Amino acid sequence: MKVLLMGNPNVGKSVVFNRLTGADVIASNYPGTTVEFTQGSMKIEGEKAEVIDVPGTYTLEPTCKAEEIAVDMLKEGDVVINILDSTNLERSLNLTLQLVKKRVPLIIALNLWDETKHTGISIDVKKLEEILGIPCIPTCAITGVGIKQLVEKIKDAKITELEYDDEEKWHEIGNIIDKVQTVTHRHHTFLERLGDASVKPLTGIPIALAVMFLTFKIIRFIGEGLIGYVFEPLFEKLWTPLMLKLSGLMGSTGFFHNLIIGKLIDGEIDYGQSFGLLTTGIFVPIGAVLPYVFAFYVVLSFLEDSGYLPRLAVMVDTVMHKLGIHGLAIIPMLLGFGCNVPGALSTRILETRRERFIAATLLAIAVPCMALQAMVIGLVGEHGAKGLGAVFGTLFVVWIILGIILNRILKGKSLEIFVEIPPYRIPYIRGLVKKIWIRIKWFIKEAVPFVLLGVFIANLLYTLGIIQFIGKFTAPVVTGVFGLPKEAVGALVIGFLRKDVAIGMLVPLGLTLKQLVIASVVLSMYFPCIATFTTLVKELGFTDMLKSAGIMVVSSLIVGGLLNLVL
Amino acid sequence: MSDIISLSEMPPGEKGRISAIQGGRGLVRKLDAMGVRIGKEITKVSAQWMKGPVLLRQGNTEVAIGFGMAQQILVEICNNGGEV
Repeated sequence: MKVLLMGNPNVGKSVVFNRLTGADVIASNYPGTTVEFTQGSMKIEGEKAEVIDVPGTYTLEPTCKAEEIAVDMLKEGDVVINILDSTNLERSLNLTLQLVKKRVPLIIALNLWDETKHTGISIDVKKLEEILGIPCIPTCAITGVGIKQLVEKIKDAKITELEYDDEEKWHEIGNIIDKVQTVTHRHHTFLERLGDASVKPLTGIPIALAVMFLTFKIIRFIGEGLIGYVFEPLFEKLWTPLMLKLSGLMGSTGFFHNLIIGKLIDGEIDYGQSFGLLTTGIFVPIGAVLPYVFAFYVVLSFLEDSGYLPRLAVMVDTVMHKLGIHGLAIIPMLLGFGCNVPGALSTRILETRRERFIAATLLAIAVPCMALQAMVIGLVGEHGAKGLGAVFGTLFVVWIILGIILNRILKGKSLEIFVEIPPYRIPYIRGLVKKIWIRIKWFIKEAVPFVLLGVFIANLLYTLGIIQFIGKFTAPVVTGVFGLPKEAVGALVIGFLRKDVAIGMLVPLGLTLKQLVIASVVLSMYFPCIATFTTLVKELGFTDMLKSAGIMVVSSLIVGGLLNLVL
Repeated sequence: MSDIISLSEMPPGEKGRISAIQGGRGLVRKLDAMGVRIGKEITKVSAQWMKGPVLLRQGNTEVAIGFGMAQQILVEICNNGGEV
């Protein structure tokens, strides 16, 4: 049996999905968190059933790609759990009535039921069931209230006999609302006033700046704190002595020793320079990158669940239009600061191919992921804030200028923003913790193997003399254009695999600050890592990815060369 | 008496009843799906500078739309101080 979860965007389908299947799907407080359907399974009366989390849709006449996916899925469902926003009954019923016409067995979850209380809405569930002829269950998925009853009632899902004329749809909905819903007057809550304040220019701009500033400060505070008080002591006191012992056992030298432990620097392990699988290979993802990834996801997850992101999209819309994308594109960019892969996936919330192309290209070129940032902060940050300012400032300027150019030369125009703004919600702590945990798990699973592979290949390439060999051919570009030593080409090769390892490979080269800045910028821009690359091929198609890659290579040559001239 | 103006001209904070949507079928459909249609009373919550997006509220739904779309929505200003 196939059970589909369908409903308007941002009514909590993914939260219901997680409850039903015990799966871990990212849920946030903005429309379009789920851009692709997700499958899971559950038991209904001892029998296994497939559950599908369908992207949110306002109507069955699709208006964007995510909605098309939703409508396509409908053909395969045996039962549809239609999830409604109880505080937005009228709009939710619009989809319900369209589903009724499709003649699929339906059951309704009146989700966000808890919010009806403070919004002054009361709904007569019995009467709604009677009129619709479909079982209705009030739920609050985030705390789990009503989920058990929902599961028990899935078998009662049915095709209703309700009939209506398409022309009379809204009239019919109006009639239903009149019969089942009463709204009492109430005062505006603090969160509602804050919601209004954050989208009015006079108050919204300072709020946006404050949020960005705080985001930056908190990420640094948590990241640096974790490194200084937790991860550095852990590595120094526990891991290093262990590795030194192992090094002694392996004879302190030789090919295998150097592969596992790396080269000893003055008889000691140096996580920056040793470059062994168990030293640098573990230290980079866990000791250097993970603390910042964690810090980033704490802040991002909070922002997502609060409902601020669509408001930020409204505030930056005018500026983003100059780049050929509208304000909502800020969401893939922000996700991209964590990891470019989820960022690239979420470009689907943009409606046209042109917008998705621009957003994905800008993301891959000028939005450095947290892994790369953490390494740059470690390496360039040693020389003070000036170097960091040069790296991130350059990338920001590239983001703007490249966007303006793409907007000029690409055919067509970008669409205007059209997005529902959800109410502010106080993030539910357990939901938040779970979401951060999902992302950390994902990072460890995705990053650690690739970092190890990167370190392994780097060792192999050096030992076999391949890097030195390539270095000879690429010297005109690497040395001539970028002003870097020819061995730096090793970082560019490994950068295809993992950017953090690539930055790590710069450590033993003893670069000047100028060279570090150029190398960091070029490594961010020249090409995405393999994980992002494969995602982009899927999202853009092969030809567009080829075009995008061309833009990446050319712009990194120009920017790297310019930096070499002006710095 | 009531005045009919476009949503883009309406001052933020005012309420009005939608009297016409002049945009194409796509816009009408998208708005319709969110419950924003002719005859509905809406509040203009805010407007950004330099012809930026307009935020409107209808019932418990808030929608941000581009300035161009707001120009195509005609509203009849409620003269009774906006009380529902």
